[in-house]
Amino acid sequence: MKNHTFVRYRVIVTLGLLMAGFLPSRAEAKKLNVVTSTTDMAALTREVGGDKVNVEALARGYQDPHFVEAKPSFLLKLRQADLLISVGLQLEIGWLPPLITQSGNPKIQVGAPGYLDASQFAEILEIPQGQVTRAMGDVHPLGNPHYWLDPDNGRRIARGIANNLAEMDPSDGAYFQQRFEDFDKRLTAAEQKWDEEMKPYRGRKLVTYHRSFPNFAKHFGLDVIGYVEPRPGIPPTPTHTLELIQLMKRENCRVVLVEPYFDLKTPQSIGRETGSQVVVYLPSVGGEKGVDNYFQLFDYDIGLLIKAFNATK
Amino acid sequence: MRHTSLFAVLTVLLASPLFAQQSAPSRPGQTDNAALLEKIRELEDRLISLEGQVRILKSQQAPPEAGAQEATAAPQGQPPVAPTTSPTSAAATAVTQQQAIALGGAGGSAAKALNPDISAIGDFISVAGHNSVQPSPSLEMHESELGFQAIIDPYARGDFFLSFGEEGVNLEEGYITFTALPAGFVARVGKMRSAFGKVNTLHNHVLPWVDRPLVTNSLVGGEDGIDDAGISIQRILPAPKWLFLEATGQLFRGDSGSAQSPLFKASAQSDVSAVAHLRSYKDITESTNLDIGLSYARGHNDLGTNFLTQLYGMDATLRWKPLRRSIYHSFIGRSEFIWSQRRQFPFEQRAFGFYTSGDYQLGRRWFVGGRYDHSDRPETASLTDNGASAVLTYWPSEFSQVRGQYRFTRYAGNLDAHELLMQVMFSLGAHGAHPF
Repeated sequence: MKNHTFVRYRVIVTLGLLMAGFLPSRAEAKKLNVVTSTTDMAALTREVGGDKVNVEALARGYQDPHFVEAKPSFLLKLRQADLLISVGLQLEIGWLPPLITQSGNPKIQVGAPGYLDASQFAEILEIPQGQVTRAMGDVHPLGNPHYWLDPDNGRRIARGIANNLAEMDPSDGAYFQQRFEDFDKRLTAAEQKWDEEMKPYRGRKLVTYHRSFPNFAKHFGLDVIGYVEPRPGIPPTPTHTLELIQLMKRENCRVVLVEPYFDLKTPQSIGRETGSQVVVYLPSVGGEKGVDNYFQLFDYDIGLLIKAFNATK
Repeated sequence: MRHTSLFAVLTVLLASPLFAQQSAPSRPGQTDNAALLEKIRELEDRLISLEGQVRILKSQQAPPEAGAQEATAAPQGQPPVAPTTSPTSAAATAVTQQQAIALGGAGGSAAKALNPDISAIGDFISVAGHNSVQPSPSLEMHESELGFQAIIDPYARGDFFLSFGEEGVNLEEGYITFTALPAGFVARVGKMRSAFGKVNTLHNHVLPWVDRPLVTNSLVGGEDGIDDAGISIQRILPAPKWLFLEATGQLFRGDSGSAQSPLFKASAQSDVSAVAHLRSYKDITESTNLDIGLSYARGHNDLGTNFLTQLYGMDATLRWKPLRRSIYHSFIGRSEFIWSQRRQFPFEQRAFGFYTSGDYQLGRRWFVGGRYDHSDRPETASLTDNGASAVLTYWPSEFSQVRGQYRFTRYAGNLDAHELLMQVMFSLGAHGAHPF
């Protein structure tokens, strides 16, 4: 019997040693594997990470980031990841937490150094004050998570990611810093151009399907007067649609923006009633072919907006 | 600790804009506008980064790192914790657009932030029709499930699900998941629904039907299924890149199924039961995927230590969800085949059963589905029950659901039952997402 126990201990010790052997050694210098929840975070990581990191996004740019299926194939990406970057503010609450738990990857667990919530770097709008209830719809209690559509936030997020990459891989710290400075310069130039292009349209009114536009609207001085959804996450109702049509007529608002993952039926009938332009804009990089980085995203959306504003003078 | 750090953040926050205002007019001549603008911009960035840190601190469970209070422009890579839904302060209910520095009421909400995510799910069922074999109550608050979920520490998370029937409470699941084990292992310890097949792992409120399939009721321990105290270890297996392969091994005390007709019963301490599951998954296209699993379960039945029951299972799930219209249309086809081998006196009984079902999402709120059932009875395999169901589901929102199901069952001996089941389900609070 005694012998038995001894054998058992030996087995446990051997198993333990075997497991320890599996642990990745920190010394070897290799590319960091970064997985991001959305394409926008991936695009910003690519800007600062350059060829020193492998970047992959889980959701596609034309997909509703609230409702992504937690596919097991994502686990294959997550278990190899050194760093997971999420948008945060509960945008991914329906799918990312179980993936993190099941990934079997200690590095990216919430609280570990390989988990980065990018919302901490950005200016967040629409933070609910006071009691939050579901009567408000699927409201995000920590603020509006669609914050990346402001170039200033893009810069802040990129800086945060660059700092984080430098922390994880200090030997390439200068490289990431230099990449960020380069990105900053290009973004500042592009921003001047975008600001110039949008200047004539400051104060113009528009309606969006979901509340995914506040940061863009704030940056470029646009006025979002209403939403096709009566409340976040609640599909349009006839009463609300009628009210919205009346509001748009009263306010002389004639542009409706729709995210690529929503049905166009209601927006189009609103468009017919009010003589509005219905525009499928892109909230994320990768939503259409040729919109493959953060700059092209703004180029694309600003182009669409200017066309719509000009058509509804 | 938290209070002092928050106070420090606050002080720095308030001080920095003041500082900016003072320095601006002191030398108006020399400072050119661009430099001033840059300075303002830098300060704005610092402010936003501080706001971010405050936000993280507020929703964080662990005490903040020492360096976090300093107003360095470079934010620390602070690990935020899964946000809780606790509101910051009690006052107006409106969502304000205004971007005030929301620091108020941090004391109260900081304490609340340590609470687990709490949810309650109500499941009300009413049944009309005639069933002489397995009659159901006309109106029933079938189950009220309370969930408590939280991250325990950097190495583990905890999940509790208590299900209240109309009388009595049952610990449906309560386990710790070790998420930071070496070599990609994920371990669970506690009471849990075992990984036998698909339906056995699912809580009532995520089923696409009001009831559970006949084969589950007959061969896999009824509504509770294989749900027992034990240990579970799972790991993703090495495989070609396009294939996801995962193995799960579980050891349980050996008590499963309903009290009246247990599936497994531990008459002695050594009568443990074991479950093994192999899952393979493949993305066929970006909107279609196939999920196939093999399961095995083994335990001692109610006749005693010398009488084993073994179950073999195969499950297949085909999912289709177009990414651009994922909230409007989807299809899930599912099937499980289960073979039961039960030692009993005088002969071993070999029973077989399966269900096959399809659910199509018609629009954002409407789902329609059907299911075919077939199952032998485990103790008398020559008796076979068959059934078919049609299901219509309506979702007012993500958090409530109304469902109707017409169920026809032909029990062994040509006893027919026609029933109409109505279900209302509603969910309160922050219920964590369930595994895919």
